[in-house]
Amino acid sequence: MKPANSVLLLTTLTGFGYGLLAWLGIFAALGVLPHRAWLVPVGIAVSLGLASAGLIASTLHLGRPERAWRAFSQWRSSWLSREGVAAMLTYLPALAFAALWWGVGPNAASTRLMGLLAALAGLGTVYCTAMIYASLKPIRQWHNQHTAPDYMIFALFSGGLLFAAALAWTGAALSLAVSLALVITIIAAFAKNAYWRFIDQQTPLTTLASATGLAAFGPVTTLDQPHFTENYILREMGYQIARKHAAKLRRLVLLIGFAAPALLLLLALAGFAPGFATILAVILAAMGLFAERWLFFAEATHVAAMYYGRPG
Amino acid sequence: MTSLPQPLPGATKLGLVIDLDTCVGCHACAVNCKEWNTGGHHAPLPDHQPYGAEPDGVWFNRIHSYEAQAPGCGGRTVNFPRSCLHCEQPQCVTVCPTGASYKRAEDGIVLINTDICIGCKLCSWACPYGAREFDEDAGVMKKCTLCIDRIYNTSLPEAEREPACVATCPSRARHFGDLGDPDSAVSKLVAARGGVALMPELGYQPTNRYLPPRKAQIALPPAEAPTQAGTGVGAALLSLLDRVLSR
Repeated sequence: MKPANSVLLLTTLTGFGYGLLAWLGIFAALGVLPHRAWLVPVGIAVSLGLASAGLIASTLHLGRPERAWRAFSQWRSSWLSREGVAAMLTYLPALAFAALWWGVGPNAASTRLMGLLAALAGLGTVYCTAMIYASLKPIRQWHNQHTAPDYMIFALFSGGLLFAAALAWTGAALSLAVSLALVITIIAAFAKNAYWRFIDQQTPLTTLASATGLAAFGPVTTLDQPHFTENYILREMGYQIARKHAAKLRRLVLLIGFAAPALLLLLALAGFAPGFATILAVILAAMGLFAERWLFFAEATHVAAMYYGRPG
Repeated sequence: MTSLPQPLPGATKLGLVIDLDTCVGCHACAVNCKEWNTGGHHAPLPDHQPYGAEPDGVWFNRIHSYEAQAPGCGGRTVNFPRSCLHCEQPQCVTVCPTGASYKRAEDGIVLINTDICIGCKLCSWACPYGAREFDEDAGVMKKCTLCIDRIYNTSLPEAEREPACVATCPSRARHFGDLGDPDSAVSKLVAARGGVALMPELGYQPTNRYLPPRKAQIALPPAEAPTQAGTGVGAALLSLLDRVLSR
Protein backbone atom coordinates (compact mmCIF):
# COMPACT_ATOMS: atom_id res chain seq x y z
CA MET A 1 0.00 0.00 0.00
CA LYS A 2 1.24 3.47 -0.87
CA PRO A 3 2.46 5.29 2.25
CA ALA A 4 0.82 8.73 1.95
CA ASN A 5 2.42 11.39 4.16
CA SER A 6 -0.96 12.75 5.25
CA VAL A 7 -2.01 9.40 6.67
CA LEU A 8 1.38 8.78 8.30
CA LEU A 9 1.08 12.17 10.02
CA LEU A 10 -2.52 11.47 11.03
CA THR A 11 -1.76 8.18 12.75
CA THR A 12 1.51 9.23 14.45
CA LEU A 13 0.36 12.69 15.61
CA THR A 14 -3.00 11.49 16.93
CA GLY A 15 -1.08 8.68 18.68
CA PHE A 16 1.10 11.25 20.49
CA GLY A 17 -1.85 13.51 21.28
CA TYR A 18 -4.39 10.96 22.48
CA GLY A 19 -1.64 8.97 24.22
CA LEU A 20 -0.66 12.04 26.25
CA LEU A 21 -4.33 12.71 26.98
CA ALA A 22 -4.71 9.14 28.27
CA TRP A 23 -1.72 9.44 30.64
CA LEU A 24 -2.87 12.81 31.97
CA GLY A 25 -6.40 11.54 32.51
CA ILE A 26 -5.43 8.24 34.13
CA PHE A 27 -2.86 9.87 36.44
CA ALA A 28 -5.40 12.53 37.44
CA ALA A 29 -8.10 9.90 38.02
CA LEU A 30 -5.74 7.95 40.27
CA GLY A 31 -4.74 11.16 42.06
CA VAL A 32 -1.04 10.78 41.30
CA LEU A 33 -0.66 13.74 38.93
CA PRO A 34 1.46 16.55 40.48
CA HIS A 35 -0.77 19.37 41.69
CA ARG A 36 0.32 22.17 39.37
CA ALA A 37 -2.62 24.30 38.23
CA TRP A 38 -1.23 24.84 34.74
CA LEU A 39 -0.10 21.24 34.14
CA VAL A 40 -3.40 19.85 32.82
CA PRO A 41 -4.47 22.91 30.78
CA VAL A 42 -1.07 23.04 29.07
CA GLY A 43 -0.97 19.25 28.68
CA ILE A 44 -4.45 19.22 27.14
CA ALA A 45 -3.49 22.09 24.81
CA VAL A 46 -0.44 20.13 23.59
CA SER A 47 -2.44 16.91 23.34
CA LEU A 48 -5.37 18.38 21.43
CA GLY A 49 -2.98 20.47 19.35
CA LEU A 50 -1.11 17.37 18.17
CA ALA A 51 -4.31 15.40 17.59
CA SER A 52 -5.87 18.32 15.67
CA ALA A 53 -2.74 18.68 13.53
CA GLY A 54 -3.02 14.99 12.68
CA LEU A 55 -6.71 15.28 11.86
CA ILE A 56 -6.11 18.33 9.66
CA ALA A 57 -3.25 16.49 7.91
CA SER A 58 -5.62 13.62 7.17
CA THR A 59 -8.00 15.91 5.30
CA LEU A 60 -5.14 16.74 2.90
CA HIS A 61 -5.40 13.12 1.77
CA LEU A 62 -8.98 13.69 0.58
CA GLY A 63 -9.88 14.40 -3.02
CA ARG A 64 -12.57 16.85 -1.82
CA PRO A 65 -11.45 18.21 1.61
CA GLU A 66 -14.27 20.76 1.64
CA ARG A 67 -16.74 17.89 1.99
CA ALA A 68 -14.90 16.35 5.00
CA TRP A 69 -17.82 17.15 7.33
CA ARG A 70 -19.87 14.52 5.55
CA ALA A 71 -17.63 11.83 7.06
CA PHE A 72 -19.42 12.12 10.43
CA SER A 73 -22.63 10.59 9.09
CA GLN A 74 -22.01 6.85 8.62
CA TRP A 75 -20.82 5.80 12.09
CA ARG A 76 -23.20 2.84 12.01
CA SER A 77 -21.06 0.96 9.48
CA SER A 78 -17.79 2.84 8.84
CA TRP A 79 -14.76 2.90 11.16
CA LEU A 80 -13.51 6.02 9.37
CA SER A 81 -16.75 7.77 10.24
CA ARG A 82 -16.52 6.48 13.83
CA GLU A 83 -12.98 7.84 14.05
CA GLY A 84 -14.21 11.28 13.01
CA VAL A 85 -17.09 11.25 15.49
CA ALA A 86 -14.87 9.94 18.32
CA ALA A 87 -12.23 12.60 17.58
CA MET A 88 -14.83 15.37 17.76
CA LEU A 89 -16.42 13.95 20.94
CA THR A 90 -12.99 13.71 22.62
CA TYR A 91 -12.65 17.52 22.63
CA LEU A 92 -15.55 17.78 25.11
CA PRO A 93 -14.24 15.71 28.07
CA ALA A 94 -10.66 16.84 27.36
CA LEU A 95 -11.55 20.54 27.56
CA ALA A 96 -13.87 19.94 30.53
CA PHE A 97 -11.05 18.04 32.30
CA ALA A 98 -8.66 21.00 31.83
CA ALA A 99 -11.30 23.47 33.01
CA LEU A 100 -12.21 21.42 36.10
CA TRP A 101 -8.54 20.88 37.03
CA TRP A 102 -7.94 24.61 36.80
CA GLY A 103 -11.23 25.77 38.31
CA VAL A 104 -12.39 23.10 40.77
CA GLY A 105 -9.06 21.54 41.61
CA PRO A 106 -7.17 18.26 41.15
CA ASN A 107 -8.80 16.45 44.07
CA ALA A 108 -12.42 17.05 43.08
CA ALA A 109 -14.30 13.89 42.10
CA SER A 110 -15.62 15.64 38.97
CA THR A 111 -12.06 16.43 37.82
CA ARG A 112 -10.89 12.88 38.34
CA LEU A 113 -13.95 11.41 36.63
CA MET A 114 -13.58 13.79 33.69
CA GLY A 115 -9.88 12.84 33.43
CA LEU A 116 -10.87 9.19 33.14
CA LEU A 117 -13.54 10.03 30.54
CA ALA A 118 -11.06 12.07 28.49
CA ALA A 119 -8.53 9.21 28.60
CA LEU A 120 -11.15 6.69 27.45
CA ALA A 121 -12.35 8.99 24.65
CA GLY A 122 -8.80 9.52 23.40
CA LEU A 123 -7.97 5.82 23.45
CA GLY A 124 -11.34 5.09 21.85
CA THR A 125 -10.42 7.38 18.96
CA VAL A 126 -7.10 5.58 18.51
CA TYR A 127 -9.00 2.28 18.49
CA CYS A 128 -11.31 3.56 15.73
CA THR A 129 -8.27 4.63 13.67
CA ALA A 130 -6.73 1.19 14.11
CA MET A 131 -9.98 -0.52 13.13
CA ILE A 132 -10.06 1.38 9.81
CA TYR A 133 -6.99 -0.67 8.89
CA ALA A 134 -7.82 -3.83 10.83
CA SER A 135 -11.22 -4.14 9.14
CA LEU A 136 -9.88 -4.16 5.57
CA LYS A 137 -10.16 -7.79 4.53
CA PRO A 138 -8.05 -7.63 1.34
CA ILE A 139 -4.91 -6.52 3.24
CA ARG A 140 -3.53 -9.39 5.32
CA GLN A 141 -0.86 -7.30 7.06
CA TRP A 142 -3.62 -5.10 8.51
CA HIS A 143 -6.60 -7.44 8.84
CA ASN A 144 -5.25 -9.38 11.84
CA GLN A 145 -5.29 -9.44 15.62
CA HIS A 146 -2.12 -7.32 15.91
CA THR A 147 -3.30 -4.07 14.35
CA ALA A 148 -5.75 -2.74 16.96
CA PRO A 149 -3.70 -3.53 20.11
CA ASP A 150 -0.53 -2.29 18.39
CA TYR A 151 -2.05 1.11 17.63
CA MET A 152 -3.16 1.45 21.27
CA ILE A 153 0.29 0.39 22.52
CA PHE A 154 2.08 2.85 20.20
CA ALA A 155 -0.25 5.67 21.28
CA LEU A 156 0.44 4.93 24.95
CA PHE A 157 4.16 4.62 24.16
CA SER A 158 4.50 7.91 22.29
CA GLY A 159 2.12 9.72 24.66
CA GLY A 160 3.95 8.20 27.63
CA LEU A 161 7.27 9.67 26.51
CA LEU A 162 5.63 13.05 26.01
CA PHE A 163 4.02 12.76 29.46
CA ALA A 164 7.37 11.89 31.07
CA ALA A 165 8.95 14.91 29.34
CA ALA A 166 6.13 17.18 30.53
CA LEU A 167 6.56 16.02 34.14
CA ALA A 168 10.35 16.34 33.91
CA TRP A 169 9.94 20.00 33.01
CA THR A 170 7.57 20.62 35.94
CA GLY A 171 10.30 19.36 38.25
CA ALA A 172 7.82 16.98 39.87
CA ALA A 173 8.62 13.49 41.12
CA LEU A 174 9.30 11.50 37.99
CA SER A 175 9.98 7.92 38.87
CA LEU A 176 6.43 6.55 38.44
CA ALA A 177 5.81 8.22 35.05
CA VAL A 178 9.27 7.41 33.68
CA SER A 179 9.15 3.81 34.91
CA LEU A 180 5.78 3.29 33.27
CA ALA A 181 7.03 4.94 30.07
CA LEU A 182 9.99 2.56 30.11
CA VAL A 183 7.70 -0.43 30.55
CA ILE A 184 5.45 0.62 27.66
CA THR A 185 8.53 1.27 25.47
CA ILE A 186 9.67 -2.31 26.02
CA ILE A 187 6.12 -3.60 25.38
CA ALA A 188 5.95 -1.53 22.17
CA ALA A 189 9.27 -2.93 20.90
CA PHE A 190 8.15 -6.50 21.59
CA ALA A 191 4.75 -5.85 19.98
CA LYS A 192 6.38 -4.52 16.80
CA ASN A 193 8.76 -7.45 16.63
CA ALA A 194 5.91 -9.89 17.11
CA TYR A 195 3.99 -8.13 14.30
CA TRP A 196 6.92 -8.35 11.91
CA ARG A 197 7.43 -12.03 12.70
CA PHE A 198 3.70 -12.56 12.14
CA ILE A 199 3.51 -10.89 8.72
CA ASP A 200 6.71 -12.63 7.58
CA GLN A 201 5.15 -16.01 8.29
CA GLN A 202 1.71 -15.19 6.91
CA THR A 203 0.54 -16.99 3.80
CA PRO A 204 -1.25 -14.98 1.08
CA LEU A 205 -5.03 -14.76 1.55
CA THR A 206 -5.79 -16.34 -1.79
CA THR A 207 -4.25 -17.40 -5.07
CA LEU A 208 -4.34 -16.00 -8.58
CA ALA A 209 -6.18 -19.20 -9.55
CA SER A 210 -9.00 -18.36 -7.12
CA ALA A 211 -8.95 -14.67 -8.12
CA THR A 212 -9.51 -15.63 -11.76
CA GLY A 213 -11.92 -18.51 -11.16
CA LEU A 214 -9.46 -20.89 -12.81
CA ALA A 215 -8.69 -22.99 -9.74
CA ALA A 216 -9.99 -26.14 -11.47
CA PHE A 217 -7.22 -25.83 -14.06
CA GLY A 218 -4.25 -25.65 -11.72
CA PRO A 219 -1.70 -22.92 -11.13
CA VAL A 220 -2.24 -19.62 -12.98
CA THR A 221 0.43 -17.13 -14.08
CA THR A 222 0.14 -13.70 -15.68
CA LEU A 223 0.73 -13.55 -19.41
CA ASP A 224 -0.02 -10.07 -20.75
CA GLN A 225 -0.74 -6.97 -18.68
CA PRO A 226 -3.93 -5.01 -19.49
CA HIS A 227 -1.87 -1.83 -19.88
CA PHE A 228 1.78 -0.89 -20.10
CA THR A 229 1.73 2.03 -17.65
CA GLU A 230 0.83 2.17 -13.97
CA ASN A 231 -2.80 2.89 -13.17
CA TYR A 232 -4.52 3.97 -9.95
CA ILE A 233 -4.78 0.39 -8.67
CA LEU A 234 -1.05 -0.26 -9.12
CA ARG A 235 0.05 3.12 -7.73
CA GLU A 236 -2.17 2.82 -4.66
CA MET A 237 -2.23 -0.92 -3.98
CA GLY A 238 0.67 -2.37 -5.92
CA TYR A 239 3.33 -0.47 -3.95
CA GLN A 240 6.44 -2.60 -3.62
CA ILE A 241 9.39 -2.27 -1.28
CA ALA A 242 12.60 -4.25 -1.57
CA ARG A 243 13.03 -6.76 1.25
CA LYS A 244 16.53 -5.56 2.03
CA HIS A 245 15.31 -1.96 2.46
CA ALA A 246 12.50 -3.15 4.70
CA ALA A 247 14.97 -5.12 6.84
CA LYS A 248 17.22 -2.06 7.16
CA LEU A 249 14.31 0.19 8.10
CA ARG A 250 13.09 -2.32 10.66
CA ARG A 251 16.47 -2.25 12.39
CA LEU A 252 16.43 1.56 12.28
CA VAL A 253 12.97 1.61 13.89
CA LEU A 254 14.11 -0.71 16.68
CA LEU A 255 17.22 1.37 17.26
CA ILE A 256 15.97 4.96 17.19
CA GLY A 257 12.30 4.28 17.87
CA PHE A 258 12.59 1.99 20.88
CA ALA A 259 16.18 1.25 22.05
CA ALA A 260 17.43 4.85 22.16
CA PRO A 261 14.33 6.21 23.97
CA ALA A 262 14.58 3.33 26.46
CA LEU A 263 18.22 4.22 27.24
CA LEU A 264 17.33 7.90 27.59
CA LEU A 265 14.50 7.01 29.98
CA LEU A 266 16.99 5.01 32.07
CA LEU A 267 19.22 8.10 32.19
CA ALA A 268 16.25 10.21 33.27
CA LEU A 269 15.38 7.64 35.92
CA ALA A 270 18.96 7.83 37.20
CA GLY A 271 18.48 11.59 37.53
CA PHE A 272 20.81 12.49 34.68
CA ALA A 273 19.42 15.60 32.90
CA PRO A 274 15.84 14.21 32.92
CA GLY A 275 14.36 17.22 31.12
CA PHE A 276 16.79 16.96 28.23
CA ALA A 277 16.82 13.14 28.12
CA THR A 278 13.03 12.82 27.95
CA ILE A 279 12.68 15.49 25.25
CA LEU A 280 15.34 13.75 23.15
CA ALA A 281 13.50 10.46 23.72
CA VAL A 282 10.31 12.04 22.35
CA ILE A 283 12.09 13.34 19.25
CA LEU A 284 13.78 10.01 18.51
CA ALA A 285 10.58 8.07 19.14
CA ALA A 286 8.71 10.39 16.77
CA MET A 287 11.25 9.71 14.02
CA GLY A 288 11.18 5.98 14.76
CA LEU A 289 7.39 5.84 14.77
CA PHE A 290 7.17 7.75 11.49
CA ALA A 291 9.46 5.14 9.91
CA GLU A 292 7.46 2.38 11.62
CA ARG A 293 4.21 3.78 10.19
CA TRP A 294 5.81 4.13 6.75
CA LEU A 295 6.68 0.42 6.88
CA PHE A 296 3.17 -0.44 8.10
CA PHE A 297 1.92 0.87 4.76
CA ALA A 298 4.83 -0.01 2.47
CA GLU A 299 4.96 -3.64 3.61
CA ALA A 300 1.19 -4.12 3.34
CA THR A 301 0.06 -5.92 0.20
CA HIS A 302 -3.39 -5.87 -1.37
CA VAL A 303 -5.17 -8.82 -2.95
CA ALA A 304 -6.09 -6.74 -6.04
CA ALA A 305 -2.39 -6.39 -6.92
CA MET A 306 -2.34 -10.13 -7.59
CA TYR A 307 -4.31 -9.56 -10.79
CA TYR A 308 -1.17 -7.84 -12.05
CA GLY A 309 1.14 -10.59 -10.82
CA ARG A 310 2.32 -8.61 -7.80
CA PRO A 311 2.30 -10.00 -4.26
CA GLY A 312 -1.13 -9.90 -2.63
CA MET B 1 -26.75 4.93 4.25
CA THR B 2 -23.71 2.78 3.78
CA SER B 3 -25.32 0.01 5.79
CA LEU B 4 -26.34 -2.72 3.36
CA PRO B 5 -29.97 -3.26 2.35
CA GLN B 6 -31.70 -6.22 3.98
CA PRO B 7 -31.35 -9.13 1.50
CA LEU B 8 -34.77 -10.42 0.50
CA PRO B 9 -35.37 -13.93 -0.88
CA GLY B 10 -35.95 -13.79 -4.61
CA ALA B 11 -34.69 -10.22 -4.89
CA THR B 12 -33.36 -9.03 -8.23
CA LYS B 13 -29.57 -9.25 -8.50
CA LEU B 14 -28.46 -7.72 -11.74
CA GLY B 15 -25.00 -8.74 -12.85
CA LEU B 16 -22.75 -10.04 -15.57
CA VAL B 17 -21.76 -13.52 -16.64
CA ILE B 18 -18.41 -13.56 -18.42
CA ASP B 19 -17.44 -16.50 -20.58
CA LEU B 20 -13.70 -17.15 -20.31
CA ASP B 21 -14.03 -19.80 -23.01
CA THR B 22 -15.07 -17.42 -25.75
CA CYS B 23 -13.44 -14.15 -24.66
CA VAL B 24 -10.85 -13.30 -27.29
CA GLY B 25 -9.20 -10.50 -25.29
CA CYS B 26 -9.97 -7.79 -27.86
CA HIS B 27 -10.61 -5.03 -25.23
CA ALA B 28 -13.77 -3.96 -27.10
CA CYS B 29 -15.77 -4.13 -23.83
CA ALA B 30 -13.27 -1.86 -22.09
CA VAL B 31 -13.32 0.62 -24.98
CA ASN B 32 -17.10 0.74 -25.36
CA CYS B 33 -17.45 1.00 -21.59
CA LYS B 34 -15.13 3.98 -21.53
CA GLU B 35 -16.91 5.52 -24.52
CA TRP B 36 -20.35 5.23 -22.92
CA ASN B 37 -19.38 6.10 -19.37
CA THR B 38 -17.30 9.15 -20.21
CA GLY B 39 -20.67 10.62 -21.22
CA GLY B 40 -22.81 8.71 -18.71
CA HIS B 41 -23.62 8.58 -15.00
CA HIS B 42 -19.98 9.07 -13.90
CA ALA B 43 -18.98 11.41 -16.73
CA PRO B 44 -16.37 12.48 -17.58
CA LEU B 45 -13.75 9.79 -17.05
CA PRO B 46 -10.15 11.08 -16.90
CA ASP B 47 -8.14 10.27 -20.00
CA HIS B 48 -4.65 11.74 -19.72
CA GLN B 49 -2.17 11.50 -22.58
CA PRO B 50 -4.30 8.94 -24.45
CA TYR B 51 -1.80 8.89 -27.32
CA GLY B 52 1.29 9.89 -25.29
CA ALA B 53 4.06 7.92 -23.67
CA GLU B 54 2.31 7.60 -20.29
CA PRO B 55 -1.41 7.17 -20.91
CA ASP B 56 -3.44 7.21 -17.70
CA GLY B 57 -7.08 7.36 -16.78
CA VAL B 58 -10.09 5.70 -15.22
CA TRP B 59 -11.39 2.51 -16.82
CA PHE B 60 -14.13 0.28 -15.44
CA ASN B 61 -12.87 -2.76 -17.34
CA ARG B 62 -9.31 -4.05 -17.40
CA ILE B 63 -8.57 -6.98 -19.68
CA HIS B 64 -5.88 -9.29 -18.34
CA SER B 65 -4.54 -12.46 -19.84
CA TYR B 66 -3.32 -15.42 -17.89
CA GLU B 67 -1.85 -18.82 -18.49
CA ALA B 68 -3.50 -21.69 -16.68
CA GLN B 69 -1.45 -24.86 -16.30
CA ALA B 70 -3.95 -27.63 -16.86
CA PRO B 71 -2.57 -31.09 -16.12
CA GLY B 72 -1.93 -33.03 -19.31
CA CYS B 73 -2.68 -30.29 -21.83
CA GLY B 74 0.08 -27.76 -21.25
CA GLY B 75 -0.46 -24.05 -20.76
CA ARG B 76 -3.79 -22.54 -21.65
CA THR B 77 -4.18 -18.85 -22.45
CA VAL B 78 -7.21 -17.27 -20.80
CA ASN B 79 -8.34 -13.72 -21.48
CA PHE B 80 -9.84 -12.25 -18.38
CA PRO B 81 -11.97 -9.08 -18.29
CA ARG B 82 -12.05 -7.62 -14.77
CA SER B 83 -14.78 -5.23 -13.58
CA CYS B 84 -17.02 -4.59 -10.57
CA LEU B 85 -18.80 -7.76 -9.42
CA HIS B 86 -21.65 -5.92 -7.60
CA CYS B 87 -21.09 -8.04 -4.48
CA GLU B 88 -23.83 -8.94 -2.03
CA GLN B 89 -21.45 -8.15 0.85
CA PRO B 90 -19.56 -5.19 -0.63
CA GLN B 91 -17.11 -3.90 1.98
CA CYS B 92 -16.50 -0.92 -0.33
CA VAL B 93 -19.98 0.25 0.71
CA THR B 94 -19.82 -0.34 4.46
CA VAL B 95 -16.43 1.40 4.91
CA CYS B 96 -17.66 4.59 3.21
CA PRO B 97 -17.80 7.37 5.84
CA THR B 98 -20.17 9.66 3.92
CA GLY B 99 -22.90 7.48 2.46
CA ALA B 100 -21.62 8.17 -1.06
CA SER B 101 -21.18 4.45 -1.71
CA TYR B 102 -24.37 2.47 -1.65
CA LYS B 103 -25.96 -0.75 -2.80
CA ARG B 104 -29.40 -0.46 -4.37
CA ALA B 105 -32.04 -2.63 -2.68
CA GLU B 106 -34.11 -2.96 -5.87
CA ASP B 107 -31.49 -4.52 -8.15
CA GLY B 108 -28.27 -4.94 -6.16
CA ILE B 109 -26.23 -2.47 -8.22
CA VAL B 110 -23.36 -0.87 -6.25
CA LEU B 111 -23.10 2.84 -7.04
CA ILE B 112 -21.32 6.01 -5.92
CA ASN B 113 -22.98 9.36 -5.37
CA THR B 114 -20.09 11.49 -6.63
CA ASP B 115 -21.81 14.65 -5.32
CA ILE B 116 -21.06 13.68 -1.72
CA CYS B 117 -17.93 11.50 -2.15
CA ILE B 118 -14.99 13.06 -0.24
CA GLY B 119 -12.35 11.07 -2.13
CA CYS B 120 -10.87 9.26 0.91
CA LYS B 121 -10.19 6.19 -1.27
CA LEU B 122 -11.02 3.79 1.56
CA CYS B 123 -13.58 1.98 -0.62
CA SER B 124 -10.89 1.13 -3.16
CA TRP B 125 -8.78 -0.33 -0.35
CA ALA B 126 -11.73 -2.43 0.77
CA CYS B 127 -12.29 -4.00 -2.68
CA PRO B 128 -10.23 -7.15 -3.31
CA TYR B 129 -11.13 -7.09 -7.00
CA GLY B 130 -9.53 -3.72 -7.77
CA ALA B 131 -12.81 -2.54 -9.28
CA ARG B 132 -12.78 1.09 -8.13
CA GLU B 133 -10.57 3.72 -9.70
CA PHE B 134 -9.97 7.22 -8.38
CA ASP B 135 -10.73 10.24 -10.57
CA GLU B 136 -7.81 12.57 -9.81
CA ASP B 137 -9.44 15.40 -11.78
CA ALA B 138 -12.73 15.42 -9.88
CA GLY B 139 -11.26 14.18 -6.58
CA VAL B 140 -13.87 11.45 -6.26
CA MET B 141 -14.04 7.69 -6.69
CA LYS B 142 -15.55 6.14 -9.82
CA LYS B 143 -16.74 2.64 -10.62
CA CYS B 144 -18.78 0.44 -12.95
CA THR B 145 -22.48 1.41 -12.80
CA LEU B 146 -23.60 -1.70 -14.68
CA CYS B 147 -24.63 0.98 -17.19
CA ILE B 148 -27.57 2.00 -15.05
CA ASP B 149 -28.15 4.78 -17.58
CA ARG B 150 -28.57 2.22 -20.38
CA ILE B 151 -30.38 -0.70 -18.79
CA TYR B 152 -33.30 1.45 -17.58
CA ASN B 153 -33.08 3.98 -20.40
CA THR B 154 -36.50 4.09 -22.06
CA SER B 155 -35.21 6.38 -24.81
CA LEU B 156 -33.11 3.47 -26.10
CA PRO B 157 -34.68 0.66 -28.16
CA GLU B 158 -35.41 -2.24 -25.81
CA ALA B 159 -32.76 -4.49 -27.38
CA GLU B 160 -30.08 -1.94 -26.52
CA ARG B 161 -30.97 -1.75 -22.83
CA GLU B 162 -27.95 -3.73 -21.70
CA PRO B 163 -24.49 -2.67 -20.45
CA ALA B 164 -22.15 -1.22 -23.08
CA CYS B 165 -19.61 -4.02 -22.52
CA VAL B 166 -22.27 -6.67 -23.21
CA ALA B 167 -23.68 -4.89 -26.24
CA THR B 168 -20.31 -4.57 -27.95
CA CYS B 169 -18.70 -7.96 -27.26
CA PRO B 170 -17.97 -9.50 -30.69
CA SER B 171 -17.68 -13.04 -29.34
CA ARG B 172 -20.76 -12.87 -27.07
CA ALA B 173 -18.57 -13.58 -24.07
CA ARG B 174 -20.52 -11.21 -21.83
CA HIS B 175 -24.08 -11.75 -20.68
CA PHE B 176 -26.29 -9.52 -18.56
CA GLY B 177 -29.30 -10.48 -16.48
CA ASP B 178 -30.88 -11.23 -13.13
CA LEU B 179 -28.75 -13.69 -11.20
CA GLY B 180 -31.26 -13.65 -8.35
CA ASP B 181 -33.82 -15.44 -10.53
CA PRO B 182 -32.87 -19.13 -10.98
CA ASP B 183 -34.95 -19.30 -14.18
CA SER B 184 -33.26 -16.37 -15.94
CA ALA B 185 -31.13 -17.04 -19.02
CA VAL B 186 -27.95 -16.02 -17.19
CA SER B 187 -28.70 -18.25 -14.19
CA LYS B 188 -29.33 -21.20 -16.49
CA LEU B 189 -26.08 -20.45 -18.33
CA VAL B 190 -24.17 -20.40 -15.03
CA ALA B 191 -25.76 -23.70 -13.99
CA ALA B 192 -25.05 -25.36 -17.35
CA ARG B 193 -21.43 -24.24 -17.57
CA GLY B 194 -20.44 -24.44 -13.90
CA GLY B 195 -20.00 -20.69 -13.49
CA VAL B 196 -17.84 -19.62 -10.56
CA ALA B 197 -17.55 -16.65 -8.21
CA LEU B 198 -14.12 -15.03 -7.83
CA MET B 199 -12.36 -15.42 -4.47
CA PRO B 200 -15.44 -16.75 -2.65
CA GLU B 201 -13.22 -17.38 0.42
CA LEU B 202 -13.03 -13.64 1.11
CA GLY B 203 -16.78 -13.55 1.79
CA TYR B 204 -17.85 -10.66 -0.49
CA GLN B 205 -20.39 -12.89 -2.27
CA PRO B 206 -19.95 -11.40 -5.73
CA THR B 207 -23.01 -11.38 -8.01
CA ASN B 208 -21.08 -11.69 -11.29
CA ARG B 209 -20.06 -15.15 -12.43
CA TYR B 210 -17.24 -16.34 -14.68
CA LEU B 211 -17.69 -19.36 -16.94
CA PRO B 212 -14.47 -21.40 -16.93
CA PRO B 213 -12.94 -22.37 -20.28
CA ARG B 214 -14.21 -25.68 -21.62
CA LYS B 215 -11.74 -28.54 -21.32
CA ALA B 216 -9.70 -29.05 -24.49
CA GLN B 217 -11.50 -31.44 -26.88
CA ILE B 218 -8.84 -31.68 -29.60
CA ALA B 219 -6.82 -34.88 -29.37
CA LEU B 220 -3.19 -34.56 -30.43
CA PRO B 221 -2.25 -36.84 -33.40
CA PRO B 222 -0.06 -39.74 -32.31
CA ALA B 223 3.64 -39.19 -33.04
CA GLU B 224 4.76 -41.27 -36.05
CA ALA B 225 7.75 -43.56 -35.84
CA PRO B 226 10.67 -42.22 -37.92
CA THR B 227 11.01 -43.99 -41.27
CA GLN B 228 14.30 -45.70 -41.90
CA ALA B 229 15.19 -46.08 -45.63
CA GLY B 230 18.60 -47.62 -45.28
CA THR B 231 21.94 -45.74 -45.34
CA GLY B 232 23.84 -43.52 -47.77
CA VAL B 233 23.13 -40.25 -49.58
CA GLY B 234 19.98 -41.48 -51.27
CA ALA B 235 18.52 -42.63 -48.03
CA ALA B 236 19.38 -39.28 -46.37
CA LEU B 237 17.65 -37.41 -49.20
CA LEU B 238 14.59 -39.63 -48.89
CA SER B 239 14.53 -39.06 -45.15
CA LEU B 240 14.71 -35.29 -45.67
CA LEU B 241 11.92 -35.44 -48.25
CA ASP B 242 9.85 -37.47 -45.82
CA ARG B 243 10.32 -34.87 -43.08
CA VAL B 244 9.40 -31.98 -45.40
CA LEU B 245 6.31 -33.71 -46.73
CA SER B 246 5.24 -34.75 -43.25
CA ARG B 247 4.91 -31.14 -42.08
